[in-house]
Amino acid sequence: MTDRIRVNLRDIVNNEERLVPGHRLCGGCGEPTIVRQILHAIDTPVVLSTATGCLEVSTSVFPYTSWNVPWIHSAFENAATTISGAEAAYKALKRRGNLPVDEEITFIAFGGDGASYDIGFQFISGALERGHKFLYVCLNNEAYMNTGIQRSSATPRGAHTTTSPAGEVIPGKVQWRKPFTRIMAAHDIPYVAQAAPHNYRDLMRKVKKAVAVDGPAVLNILAPCPRGWRHASDQTMAITKLAADTCYWPLYEVENGHKFTVNYKPREKQPVAEWFKTQGRFRHLFRPANEWLLEEIQAKVDEEWAQLLHDEECSS
Amino acid sequence: MTVTLMQGNAACVEGALRAGCRFFGGYPITPSSEIAELLSRRLPVVGGRFIQMEDEIASLAAVIGASVGGLKAMTATSGPGFSLMQENLGYAAAAEIPCVIVDVQRGGPSTGLPTAPSQGDVMQARWGTHGDHPIIALCPTSVAETYTLTIEAFNLSEDYRTPVILLMDEVIGHMREAFDPDRYGDIEVVDRMTTDVPPEWYFPYDETRAVPPLVSFGEGFRYHITGLLHDQAGFPTYRQDEIEPWWQRVFAKINDNLDRIFMYDEDGIEDARTIVIAYGSTARSAVHAVQLARRRRYKVGLITLKTIWPFHEALIEELAAGAHRVIVPEMNLGQLALEIERVLGRAKVRRVNRVDGELIAPRQILEAIEVA
Repeated sequence: MTDRIRVNLRDIVNNEERLVPGHRLCGGCGEPTIVRQILHAIDTPVVLSTATGCLEVSTSVFPYTSWNVPWIHSAFENAATTISGAEAAYKALKRRGNLPVDEEITFIAFGGDGASYDIGFQFISGALERGHKFLYVCLNNEAYMNTGIQRSSATPRGAHTTTSPAGEVIPGKVQWRKPFTRIMAAHDIPYVAQAAPHNYRDLMRKVKKAVAVDGPAVLNILAPCPRGWRHASDQTMAITKLAADTCYWPLYEVENGHKFTVNYKPREKQPVAEWFKTQGRFRHLFRPANEWLLEEIQAKVDEEWAQLLHDEECSS
Repeated sequence: MTVTLMQGNAACVEGALRAGCRFFGGYPITPSSEIAELLSRRLPVVGGRFIQMEDEIASLAAVIGASVGGLKAMTATSGPGFSLMQENLGYAAAAEIPCVIVDVQRGGPSTGLPTAPSQGDVMQARWGTHGDHPIIALCPTSVAETYTLTIEAFNLSEDYRTPVILLMDEVIGHMREAFDPDRYGDIEVVDRMTTDVPPEWYFPYDETRAVPPLVSFGEGFRYHITGLLHDQAGFPTYRQDEIEPWWQRVFAKINDNLDRIFMYDEDGIEDARTIVIAYGSTARSAVHAVQLARRRRYKVGLITLKTIWPFHEALIEELAAGAHRVIVPEMNLGQLALEIERVLGRAKVRRVNRVDGELIAPRQILEAIEVA
């Protein structure tokens, strides 16, 4: 199955843009690149819902829209719920003969990590359990960037945010990030994957696979934020690549809740500190007093990577 | 001499810390996020606790838990988050849990105008949660008043064992003014009531007291707290002879103390032909409009409300008795005006409204004074 899906750049450049230029996302933001990769990977008409967040506010500044396709902004917590309703409505329209039965339409909900890991969590879970045929995409920039860089449950341990400020009391965020991808997979839905935009072939192949399954699918995609992560805006792709090379952000997929495949194994696994060095939000971790934390985080990344390889081995 | 400029949201934080707030549970939302950000830095230093929750439902729930645990607690949000808090707001009113909810209003409904001011949550503050319930809502008009009213909000919540809403707006939250907290050193802070009865005699909802003390969990008092209507021991009840006294008591604790709770300023209303009643940032435009009108020899008075809920009907009736016209400027389509019209009669009241995300200009109010 995996090998049969091909991503051909020559075909893609001829596709019509569904997210058109002129939006106001920051230079270097990972989100528009990811969204375009996703929409270019899908051949059918699409219907989109988007949670409150950077993508929403920046693509729909009155009186303009950057969306060339049906798009609805829902409440912060309700992108998955609104798309559930849309998907159910289209089903009913087909049943009643208002739409051709063989007309394939792809339903996608976009949410940031705040909308996905935190406030919208129960609503995604509900939509997955009900079994709507849709793709949920978490554009994960690891904090509430739209409201000014507050921590979320996707924010990694040790990161500085405006509500987990690094100082004398705490060395940045105290808690570990929530294992969202695994929790989504634990719903035993057909397809869940983790991806990053530097590896567009992998990302787009995952999109094609996700929309082909008969049921819900979830993609968790790392989306760098130069403002919040404190990195130069031309480093976005290099940084996600390093995230994969350090195994901080493994690229993998889980089918039907149990079949794990690790899609990228770095030839030489780099220390996670190399990834941290690229971003100002981790700068304080390199003070001698915080060395223990860096070691702890490295140990956790190693453990999670080993577990992932183990899970893959067990499912083959 | 140095002058410190402070933002309204920062003054709210200073006021909360001064009032003894030691717990904040919240969720980032424009234009209130600075309150969370500052408290995340300040609370740990004073031995308090800051928790960023997963949404606003959880935020107010955590605040209620912290308050029952014995800490003065608050949350801060804006319209969409305030909507999510309504269920727990009703719970806090019914279970009589002291807490402070700051709503820095932005344009609504829904996601609305996140970075623009509004006073659209006036009626939501009063009736956003279901069922009849008493509530207190305060509206500051300046950075300094945000500080004093935040302290007052905590004091009222402790005195009357009730949730108190601090209804700010984007202008007040983000505006910077010269402000020195030391000038307000003599403001009294009300501490949590204690009880001198032994645990076996303690009733958390004692019928014989207007405001029974709430003993913190963990002090050896076993009692029941629930959102179901309850008897004086806190246990659910359907008995009319228990429900009725409960209703009477929770409303009486507020209504019998209107003179303390209902705060306002008045200026030149004795011989005024026209009175402007304003609150929040709109009151600042009203002050200027009244000055301009007086220069043009209009007899105009100004009532600035600091408390909008509960609404002191008798007092407003008395203050406005001599005026021919009452003008109510609001950054909504006329919410508090509904209440003022109910008390003074529709014929007497003129509304000045604006909902496009811009402030009401003094000129707009002046025009209303001139045609009045």
